[in-house]
Amino acid sequence: MTLPAQADQALEAFAQSKGWEQRARLLMQWGDRLEPLTEAEKTEANRVHGCESLVWLVADAVDGHWRFKASSDARLLRGLLALLLVRVQGLSGEALLALDVQDWFGQLGLERQLSPSRSNGLHAVVQRMAVLASGR
Amino acid sequence: MFQPSPWRADFPAIDALQRQHQTYLDSAATAQKPQALLDALGHYYGSGAANVHRAQHLPGARATQAFEASRDKVARWLNVGQTGQIVFTHGATAALNLLAYGLESRFEAGDEIAISALEHHANLLPWQQLAHRRNLRLVILPVDARGFIDLERALQMIGPRTRVLAVSQLSNVLGTWQPLPALLAHARAQGALTVVDGAQGVVHGRQDLQQLGCDFYVFSSHKLYGPDGVGVLYGRDQALGLLRHWQFGGEMVQLAEYQRASFRPAPLGLEAGTPPIAGVIGLGATLDYLASLDAAAVLAHEAGLHARLIEGLTQREGIRLLGLPQCALASFVVEGVHNADIAHLLTEQGIAVRAGHHCAMPLLQGLGLDGAIRVSLGLYNDQADLQRFFEALDQALELLR
Repeated sequence: MTLPAQADQALEAFAQSKGWEQRARLLMQWGDRLEPLTEAEKTEANRVHGCESLVWLVADAVDGHWRFKASSDARLLRGLLALLLVRVQGLSGEALLALDVQDWFGQLGLERQLSPSRSNGLHAVVQRMAVLASGR
Repeated sequence: MFQPSPWRADFPAIDALQRQHQTYLDSAATAQKPQALLDALGHYYGSGAANVHRAQHLPGARATQAFEASRDKVARWLNVGQTGQIVFTHGATAALNLLAYGLESRFEAGDEIAISALEHHANLLPWQQLAHRRNLRLVILPVDARGFIDLERALQMIGPRTRVLAVSQLSNVLGTWQPLPALLAHARAQGALTVVDGAQGVVHGRQDLQQLGCDFYVFSSHKLYGPDGVGVLYGRDQALGLLRHWQFGGEMVQLAEYQRASFRPAPLGLEAGTPPIAGVIGLGATLDYLASLDAAAVLAHEAGLHARLIEGLTQREGIRLLGLPQCALASFVVEGVHNADIAHLLTEQGIAVRAGHHCAMPLLQGLGLDGAIRVSLGLYNDQADLQRFFEALDQALELLR
C-alpha cells in the first residue's frame, strides 16, 4: 500500500539518520510540527494515562476516517506522537486496527520506543487509538 | 582520583551489562546479584529441590535445613537477638500488606495510623486502604524541605489515638535517613505499634534492630543483592502475637477439619503455602557474601561515590536536587527541561537510571513536580560509571537546551 506523503518523508529522514543525537534532533523537529492543541482540548477526557509525562489525544472520526491530534509536555514524545500521527491520520477504524505500529516504528529505527516497559506514553497512546477504533 | 569498586567482579551482571554498553545506576529499584547467589541457586536446583517443613525424605530435610538456616542468617544480619522472629514473605510490599491485614481487627473507628509524607506507595496504600475499611484516620507526618520528617510537628501529631506509626528508614526518593529514634520512642510512649520500612535502609550499612527498637521491620531481598520474590518481616515477639492470620492454606495450619481449623504461630503461621524456597536460600547465600566483606570499606566506598554524585550534580547549572541526599541515591530535575526527555536521552546513551514518580506520587506532587530523575548506587558502582553518567547528562542537556 502507499504511504501518506509525510510518512514517506519521515521514513526518508530517519533512515538516513545516524546515531542517537541525530535521531533526537529529528524527533524534536518533528515534534515542533505537531498541530498545537487548544487549551479547551487539553481535557481530562483527552488525557492518556500511564505515562510519565502529560499526554493528550484528541480523536475524531469523520465519515469513518479517523483524525487525530496529540500533544505532550515532553519534547521527544511530541516527536514520537508526530511520527505516529503521520502514519495513522485518515485511516478507517478497520485499517487502524490492522496497522502494525511496531513495524512502523521499526522501519523508523525507533522500535524500542514502543515497548510496554517504556513509560514514555507512546504505547499507551497506541492502545487508546485501538480502543477508539474498535468502538469499545 | 579514580575510585574503583573492589567488589565489582563479584557481580557478573555488571560485566555483562557493560558489554551491552549499559551503565547500571538503578540499584534502588533492584540490585544486581553476586556470584555467590547464582551459585547457591544453581546448587539448590541442581542437587535436588524439595518442599520445606513437610517431607521426611532427605531432599526435604536438606531444603528445610537450608531454608531455616537462612532465617537465622537474616536474624543475625539484623542483630535481632532474642527479641523476635523473622517471617518470610513474597516481598516488602507483601510484608506491609500482611501487617495491615494482620492488625486490622485491632482498630476501632476513629483510631489513627501515622505515616510520613515521603512513603513509598507500598507503605502508604496498605494503610490508606485499611483506613478506608475501618473508618480510621490516616495522619500524614510532614516532611521538611531538606527531606526529613519534621520532628517537631510529627511529635505533636502522634498522640494517644495513634495505634500504628509506619515510616521509612531511608527515603527512596530523597536519600535521607529519617529521625527514627525520636519518632519510635515517642510513638511507643503513646502506646502505638511501630513499623519501619527498611527497603532502602537495609542496603546501606548494617542495621541493628535491638538498638532501633521497632516492633516490625520490613525489607525486600532483591534490593539487598538477593533474589526477587522474597521479603522479610521482622516482628518483636509480643507484636507478632497481635497479628491475625491473613492468608490461609498449606503449611500455616496445625489441625484442619472441614468446618474449622487451628493455625500455627509466627513465623510459619504467617507463611501460607509453599514459600519461595530457592529465593530464601539464595538470600542466605547473599548475606554470607555480604558478611564476608569489609563493612567499613563498603560504607566508605559508597559514601565516596555518593559525594561525587552530589558534587557533580550541584556543579551543573539549572539542576535542582530533591532534598539533601545523604546516602545511596540522588533525585533531581533540570530547570526548563522535562525529566522524560532527559530519561529518553540517557537511555539512548546506555545509562540506566529511573525517571518518574518513584512510587511516591504524593511526595512528588507535594514538591510541585510530576517526576524526577533518580540515580542510585550499589557497592559495585565505580567512578567510571558516574563519569559516563555525567557525560551522557551533559550531552542530553546540550541537545535539549
